Amino acid sequence: MNLLENIRISFRALAANKLRSGLTMLGIIIGVAAVVALMSIGRGATRSVTSRVEGLGSNLISVTSARVVRQAGVAAQSTPLYYSDYQAIAQDVTDVNGISPTYQTGAQVAYGANQSQFTITGAEPAFATVQAYTVAQGRFITFADNSAESRVVVLGSQTATDLFSGLNPMGRDITINGINFTVVGVLASKGSTGFFSTDEVVIIPLETGYSRIFGGRALDNGKLTLSSISLSAANPNVVDTVISQVEYVLRREHRLTLNETLPFSVSSQSQALSTITSITGTLTAFLGAIAGISLFVGGIGIMNIMLVSVRERTREIGLRKAVGARRSVILMQFIVETITLSLVGGILGISLGAAIAGVVTLTGLITTYVSLDVILYSFFFAALVGLFFGIYPAYQAASLRPIEALRYE
Amino acid sequence: MIEFENVTKIYRMGQSKVIALDDINLKIEAGEMVAVMGPSGSGKSTLMAIIGCLDIPSKGVYRLEGQPVEKLSDNQLAQVRSRKVGFVFQQFNLLPRTDALENVMLPLLYDGVHGKLRTEKAKAALEVVGLADRMHHKPNQLSGGEQQRVAIARALVNEPTILLADEPTGNLDTKTGEDIIGLFQKLHEETGQTVVYVTHDAFIARHTQRIIRLVDGKIISDETVAHPLAAGTPRPEEALIGQSV
Repeated sequence: MNLLENIRISFRALAANKLRSGLTMLGIIIGVAAVVALMSIGRGATRSVTSRVEGLGSNLISVTSARVVRQAGVAAQSTPLYYSDYQAIAQDVTDVNGISPTYQTGAQVAYGANQSQFTITGAEPAFATVQAYTVAQGRFITFADNSAESRVVVLGSQTATDLFSGLNPMGRDITINGINFTVVGVLASKGSTGFFSTDEVVIIPLETGYSRIFGGRALDNGKLTLSSISLSAANPNVVDTVISQVEYVLRREHRLTLNETLPFSVSSQSQALSTITSITGTLTAFLGAIAGISLFVGGIGIMNIMLVSVRERTREIGLRKAVGARRSVILMQFIVETITLSLVGGILGISLGAAIAGVVTLTGLITTYVSLDVILYSFFFAALVGLFFGIYPAYQAASLRPIEALRYE
Repeated sequence: MIEFENVTKIYRMGQSKVIALDDINLKIEAGEMVAVMGPSGSGKSTLMAIIGCLDIPSKGVYRLEGQPVEKLSDNQLAQVRSRKVGFVFQQFNLLPRTDALENVMLPLLYDGVHGKLRTEKAKAALEVVGLADRMHHKPNQLSGGEQQRVAIARALVNEPTILLADEPTGNLDTKTGEDIIGLFQKLHEETGQTVVYVTHDAFIARHTQRIIRLVDGKIISDETVAHPLAAGTPRPEEALIGQSV
């Protein structure tokens, strides 16, 4: 009596009860399909977010003001980032390809009757290179625009579509807080990062912004302030040294000792990326855990049906024993039956899960990613579930005494 | 061959005890054909189960071919069941949705007989019971008599030394019942196998060489049949009808 014969016996028993076998498998099929589909959706989301964040600009470092608690019992305060900080960083920090100061504020933007609230970005020419934008039409903000405080504006692709609904925006006038600006350029689309859209921007010269749009809010004790400063490091290896140089310059400019908390956040894109990756990774694991519960429930379903099956086939087991089947052979038959059910269920579940992932991709909501490790993991987990939940019913069947089993009604 | 020495079998039914066999002493020699008779609940089936190693005595010793059975391990008992004993039950006990040939092959499968030999032996056994043309029929496509023949083929496929039949004709009409006892007589004559045959029917019992009667777990009579009836002998009442016409 070898394993092959045993597998054959189990297959015959399963084939003899197709409906019951099918229903038993259903639990595993649904569980595995859920694991595969949800994990694929999670992985897909991670990949798309990661690739979009990477597309924001490589080696990007951003400086923003951060709220810190200076004294115990006093509410956290923020220290403004000054235009002079930008000038000091631009002068002293090395290994930088570009540096871009920006000031952002909300404003009413209108073209004719079409108006809505937008975030206005005051920027210098370096903005386009540092943030990795390319111009689709026209030109970007120039030094001349800044020094002349020209009323010109460059629109993101989404903004252009929203405001002009199909018209060519080039050379047309829009109003920002009631002041006329001429559209001189439209940016190429970069796609959404999932958190904020890089295509919904309205960019004006920084100097124009200070004099006409931002008003008193952009001043602190008579000094010009900034929302953020973006730097592009010369290469990935110098990102960390650039960050420490920037921090040094900021401490010097704001007269802070090394013991005091720096009231600014100086962070690189790779840090943001690792944060995002860990968040999406946690979400994926969470989805997987929920799906894992359904797989576990499927396993209990298998055990349930196998126990019923042992009951129902008590006479059959008695007969098999009466004609010479050993305990171990009966044990193996039932274990092989459950493992077969869970493995076949696992394979069908993987196919179903991959199909669901494919359908989700087709809907365009998210590009799912069915990875091999998820498939292997589900497959082995299904086998394990079969083994784990199959042992008890198999043991019950094997322990039946032949004479009692034969008398069972 | 078969030797019972003060064998008692007690079953527990919840709180109460049922004495199925009460201090039985019995000897059946190799090659005998024996009928066991008795009312229901008299312990016939328990006696058969112990002879067939499906169960073991509560007290006393049962020796099969001189060997005390209670000393055998679970696996050794399984081997005895597969090689030495062929069992035929009242309720046929064929695997449903499985054809006749595969049902007959079952004991060979558990005895480790391989491939071609297994199929050949099973076909030969089906030929002996006259069902060679039905080997690919499933139990639900066969009549009661045919199903019992398949069960008999399964019992004799491994060439056991003992054939045990526990009311094999209990679910069959008298005509088919007589065919079945005829088949057992033929097997007994041709192979010299020991046959133990449980029946309610005194006429069927008279086809064997010895009749043991059980009541309440005790043997109340053990008689030798001087002239066993031959297969095909008409029943007395039928013979009477025949005479009166």
